[in-house]
Amino acid sequence: MEQHEQDQHPTHAERGTQAAAGQDRADMLCERVRQALAERTPLHIVGGSSKTFYGRTIEGEAISTRDHRGIRHYDPVELVVSVRAGTPLAELEAALDAEGQMLGCEPPHFGEGATVGGMLATGLSGPRRPWAGSVRDFVLGSRVITGEGKELRFGGEVMKNVAGYDLSRLMAGAQGTLGLATEVSFKVLPKPGAQASLRLDMSLDDALARFAEWGRQPLPITAAAWHDGALYLRLEGGPSSVAATRERLGGDAPEDSFWTDLREHRLAFFDTEDTRSLWRLSLPNHTPRLELDGETFYDWAGAQRWLRSEASAEAIREAAARVGGHATCYRACNQADIEPFTPLSPVLAKYHRQLKHQLDPQGIFNPGRLYAEL
Amino acid sequence: MNILYDPQLDGELPFNDKQQVLATLSQSLPDMTLLHREEDLRPFECDGLAAYRVLPMLVAMPHTLDQVETLLKTCHSLGVPIVTRGAGTGLSGGALPLEQGVLLVMSRFKQILHIDPDARIARVQPGVRNLAISEAAAPYGLYYAPDPSSQIACSIGGNVAENAGGVHCLKYGLTVHNVLKVDVITIEGERMTLGAESLDAPGFDLLALFTGSEGMLGVITEITVKLLPKPETAKVLMASFDDVEKAGKAVGDIIAAGIIPGGLEMMDKLAIKAAEDFVQAGYPVEAEAILLCELDGVEADVDDDCATVRRVLEAAGATDIAQARDDAERAKFWAGRKNAFPAVGRMSPDYYCMDGTIPRRELPRVLKGIAALSEESGLRVANVFHAGDGNMHPLILFDANQPGELELAEDVGGKILELCVEAGGSITGEHGVGREKINQMCAQFQPDELTAFHAVKAAFDRHRLLNPGKNIPTLQRCAEFGAMHVHNGELPHPELPRF
Repeated sequence: MEQHEQDQHPTHAERGTQAAAGQDRADMLCERVRQALAERTPLHIVGGSSKTFYGRTIEGEAISTRDHRGIRHYDPVELVVSVRAGTPLAELEAALDAEGQMLGCEPPHFGEGATVGGMLATGLSGPRRPWAGSVRDFVLGSRVITGEGKELRFGGEVMKNVAGYDLSRLMAGAQGTLGLATEVSFKVLPKPGAQASLRLDMSLDDALARFAEWGRQPLPITAAAWHDGALYLRLEGGPSSVAATRERLGGDAPEDSFWTDLREHRLAFFDTEDTRSLWRLSLPNHTPRLELDGETFYDWAGAQRWLRSEASAEAIREAAARVGGHATCYRACNQADIEPFTPLSPVLAKYHRQLKHQLDPQGIFNPGRLYAEL
Repeated sequence: MNILYDPQLDGELPFNDKQQVLATLSQSLPDMTLLHREEDLRPFECDGLAAYRVLPMLVAMPHTLDQVETLLKTCHSLGVPIVTRGAGTGLSGGALPLEQGVLLVMSRFKQILHIDPDARIARVQPGVRNLAISEAAAPYGLYYAPDPSSQIACSIGGNVAENAGGVHCLKYGLTVHNVLKVDVITIEGERMTLGAESLDAPGFDLLALFTGSEGMLGVITEITVKLLPKPETAKVLMASFDDVEKAGKAVGDIIAAGIIPGGLEMMDKLAIKAAEDFVQAGYPVEAEAILLCELDGVEADVDDDCATVRRVLEAAGATDIAQARDDAERAKFWAGRKNAFPAVGRMSPDYYCMDGTIPRRELPRVLKGIAALSEESGLRVANVFHAGDGNMHPLILFDANQPGELELAEDVGGKILELCVEAGGSITGEHGVGREKINQMCAQFQPDELTAFHAVKAAFDRHRLLNPGKNIPTLQRCAEFGAMHVHNGELPHPELPRF
């Protein structure tokens, strides 16, 4: 690395003992996986256990990534960070924040222990997702222990890289069923120069119409929600455009913590005492109101809807499918034995099985976490 | 590089008698255009990498999805390899035909099926040209962001297969960030949909896996892309430098200032001169390097950012900074960059375009390495690159009529890519591996990683019938070729022919 660049723009690269310790822990994880392969023991990959609720309940011997932690390399000028899977998400975000940067996908934590590995495995993104991109959109590379018990490297630390199949992005949202990710490289973004949020009283139909109208304009919107007669917007960008847009749209200011509370499901709507299942509906932009029993919270300008409902899984999934979307049972799904994820078409299911079989022939990585057959 | 499929290095291919395959396909697909005479096959012997040419056994030009399905099923049952081709503009030989294979040409699928301005999506057939999507979306104030320089001619199916980029990737992403859904037909003739019109879909992210998979996993038959609102304004600054290294550092400084430009391009002296001679873009021919920095977005923010970037460039030692006064001048500034390849083409009978990526901090070191290779080989190299995302396009100038010069250019190109890998980068940022960089894959990946890639391939195409010999080298090939890389720069057997 060129020293003179470092003087001007500090990079954060581990050296010596720290880096060696990281490799030791990666080797230990490989060893643990090889042992499981030899004994044919299914493994249950555990990070911070903050998102255990998300997905199917599985059996398996726990293998923890938590000790495999630390930022291996962070170069703010390159907009790239490489971080080990067991690193607490909060620690990563603090390091980025210190350089005026952030994870563009605004991932939910759902608990203090949330790790980078869990963020990758669940692939969950926050309110900024429709404008900035999802977890997989920011993945540049990864290190993964696959079905042979070896740590392999895919992708890299550069913005553009089309050599080989994109196995790194494939890991996002795979729920650890294709291998154990030990490290991920992400593209990071500078934090916006200015931010303002606003709340407008508005009917749902008007709000949906506005979402579509604003979507076609170059406005500095980075979050848009509607619930219970109120539309919420977050504006981010240069100070000039944020101030001008804030002025033009009017309204009053919501609580400062509104977007974080939405991301973390801390708003009253997400009350965990509520016994109705919490569904996540992912729908095309500009989908009208769906006629479903229960209460709905609109995020992502209507493209992600949270539904509290006692309606049957079939009814909810059919309503979502009819408009080109899908529905995930997110929380409180156990009482009726609801499959969390929308079942795949027979052809897709076949290729999912074949891919799983190729990358994890013995089926030891989180078997059944995503679908019973994977 | 030996372009012919080599069973010893690329794996055995099933043998099929051409007349028999022709008879079977003609019978099961009587309404499909099927070319078989040499003079009809000739136009399809290469793609955008015209130095590599192979005559396909047959060329199939279906116009319905049922025909594609039947073709795939039939070839699957006969064991006939298939190479899929779009507009044929690819630069890595991804659509290079096989002597023993059918070339599946998708160019007849060129309908824009639907544009939904409120949902900001376009549903199109794979043969639709990249630029045609933005043109069709323009009346709604929308556009499709990825803009490879061949966007007038290249088709969206190929863009997905190669994960095409362009000059606006740093801010707006690659093809993979701008596609929502693709319909695919597998080698077994099954139809499936990857992704969805919603922002995510259940199951594995096969859409990401298929994007950039170079026609190895399935045939893309329909694509739904995201459309973005056109930025309110775009302004361009051009900065001159008396030193390439200073220009490279200025790129990092702009990003360190918290700005993500819409486009951030760099050209070195030879490229500047070529472009200026060709289109008179107003470039400073005495400069060692120029940076073109485009800032787009809301008017007020763009003005603020222009002021910031100007300060950064001054501090970085720019000898001159010009801002395009209007759209006409902005177009002129860009004309030089966008015509850089043909401009360089005028300086030399032939040129060879490379596509490596590096972390930007490695730019000075890699440029020095390229200069050394240029001097050593006696071949001139012009450097044009997407500086913002570290994607370099060194253009190696040579004369194919001089015996040995093509091989020399390929050799220099291969070494440049290895330089990129050593610097922590990649052998391809947007052009793909195809046939061209199959050997350099051995430098970028370990055998275990290549084995994982082959496993992925086997999940979708067990008999290796889709585009065999491309994208992922066999371990045999790497054993042959990789050995040459162990001692960098010191070939173990210089007397042996190189491929």
